[in-house]
Amino acid sequence: MIEVAHLTKEFGDFTAVRDVSFTIAPGECVGFLGPNGAGKTTTMRVIAGIFPPTSGTVRVGGHDVQREPNATRRLVGYFPENAPYYPEMSIEEYLAFVARAKRLPRAARRSEIERVIRATSLGEMRRRLVGKLSKGFRQRVGLAQALLGDPQVLILDEPTSGLDPEQVAEIRELVKSLRGQRTIIFSSHILSEVSQVAQRVVIINRGRVVAEDHPDGLARRIEGAVTVHLRAEAPESELRLLLSSVPGVHDLAVVDGRFRFHARDEAVLREVSRAVTARGFLLLELSRESLSLEEIFLRLVHVGDEPRQGAA
Amino acid sequence: MIAILRKELVTYFSSLLAYVVITLFLGVSGFYFYSNLSFFLLSGGFDVARGLWQFQLHDMRQIMLTLLPLLTMRLFAEERRLGTLELLWTYPLRDVQIVLGKYLASLLVLLLMLAPTLLFPALLTQTHAPVAIGALLAGYLGLFLLGAAFLACGILISALTDSQVLAAAVTFSLLLLFWVMTWNEAAVGAPALSVLSKLSLFDRFYVFSRGGIDSRDVTFFVLFSAVFLAWTVLALGSRRWRGVK
Repeated sequence: MIEVAHLTKEFGDFTAVRDVSFTIAPGECVGFLGPNGAGKTTTMRVIAGIFPPTSGTVRVGGHDVQREPNATRRLVGYFPENAPYYPEMSIEEYLAFVARAKRLPRAARRSEIERVIRATSLGEMRRRLVGKLSKGFRQRVGLAQALLGDPQVLILDEPTSGLDPEQVAEIRELVKSLRGQRTIIFSSHILSEVSQVAQRVVIINRGRVVAEDHPDGLARRIEGAVTVHLRAEAPESELRLLLSSVPGVHDLAVVDGRFRFHARDEAVLREVSRAVTARGFLLLELSRESLSLEEIFLRLVHVGDEPRQGAA
Repeated sequence: MIAILRKELVTYFSSLLAYVVITLFLGVSGFYFYSNLSFFLLSGGFDVARGLWQFQLHDMRQIMLTLLPLLTMRLFAEERRLGTLELLWTYPLRDVQIVLGKYLASLLVLLLMLAPTLLFPALLTQTHAPVAIGALLAGYLGLFLLGAAFLACGILISALTDSQVLAAAVTFSLLLLFWVMTWNEAAVGAPALSVLSKLSLFDRFYVFSRGGIDSRDVTFFVLFSAVFLAWTVLALGSRRWRGVK
């Protein structure tokens, strides 16, 4: 559905994206992961038809974004970061404008607007001015405009940024519900979020693709990505012995009176909790923190480098 | 294009900007009409049917110079500031259509602004002397073409910034420059002056205000607007090498 081949995009002296290639099959949901300034937004803008590549080709549904911009734009629904909006328009007025701008047939506009309002649960708010809505609702309005015309491809740039945890969960569920027939690319700088929604993850840093894998494969590659803190009512030496016997527990250490170790994923936490309680110890604390994206990159780049270094 | 046109009209009237600009224009031009008419009637011997309108049209021209930059300042600067311009570029619209949609919306507001002032000559025909309709219509055609040129210039400036205030201020200064550039005959010299006066929007308006239509002036105004609109399309296209912001 989407073929990106050797995409490079330069702005003056600055190279935002350098020789990026990937393909996305119809119906696939791909997560775009990378820190701010990695080139995610630029890549997405090229696919959405905002500007053409400096070199390389990008095709959507077989059409070249540079040669047939309006053909590819009809296939793509785009949600820009921060969901820009016209504050003085009501949701209905705004969606009516987008429906016309997207050149939906007159007869289909009304029903399309109703459909996307239902899909994004905006029914009660429909006559409210977009400028008066909370950020979570505005984000939904942004999704609604992307969904108008039922495009085969959805491009969502950081749809959960700046939201509170409850709103993040809502938007994430909404994106999940959109999977299926549609091809979806969505970007984020939070690994766990991408892993939950996407079937495949493309990691991009400094304008280049660093890694591309299924969430499980990625998890294996960044083994020990979860840092766990544990406190239990038990003699330290016995607890240490017990923990080090659980498979998947690495780098065991005591920090501030708590055990700290690295684990591959949450399954290890379950094993640890079972082992501790099975021995009759009381578990007082079991908490996890994920690696920062920078740490993940370091690991990925490191893992990617090793075979090459070994071969050399 | 129609989608953009409709949206801009909705925004003009829901943000009250159009009402404010139209009201100010009608108020001030009404005041000018009153004082011009008083002057003509009191001093006597002047040609009310033609001469009065020459004064009145020149005064309305000045008010347009101040007010029209307010109509165009928002058109692109605000979309840029909000980030909605980026979204427009993902819809199957060409940049030309976006520019023309916005331009036509501002032209419609200009028409709505000028139309009620036709009440002045209508009133005058009732109370005093009949008005030379042909000359009056030529004057209004000139006024509309001049306004259209102002708006085209304002749209370009609006596309170059994300600040509405800056867009209005620069547009106003630029238009002012087009007005005063032929004033200082001594400074520019005769050869330069003959070129400048051909470019001056306000010198071009002179024949219209006296009730005549010169096809060269009409062509000039249409070309002037077309050049600025084309320039605006180019300015939007600069995102290819400059990025969105």
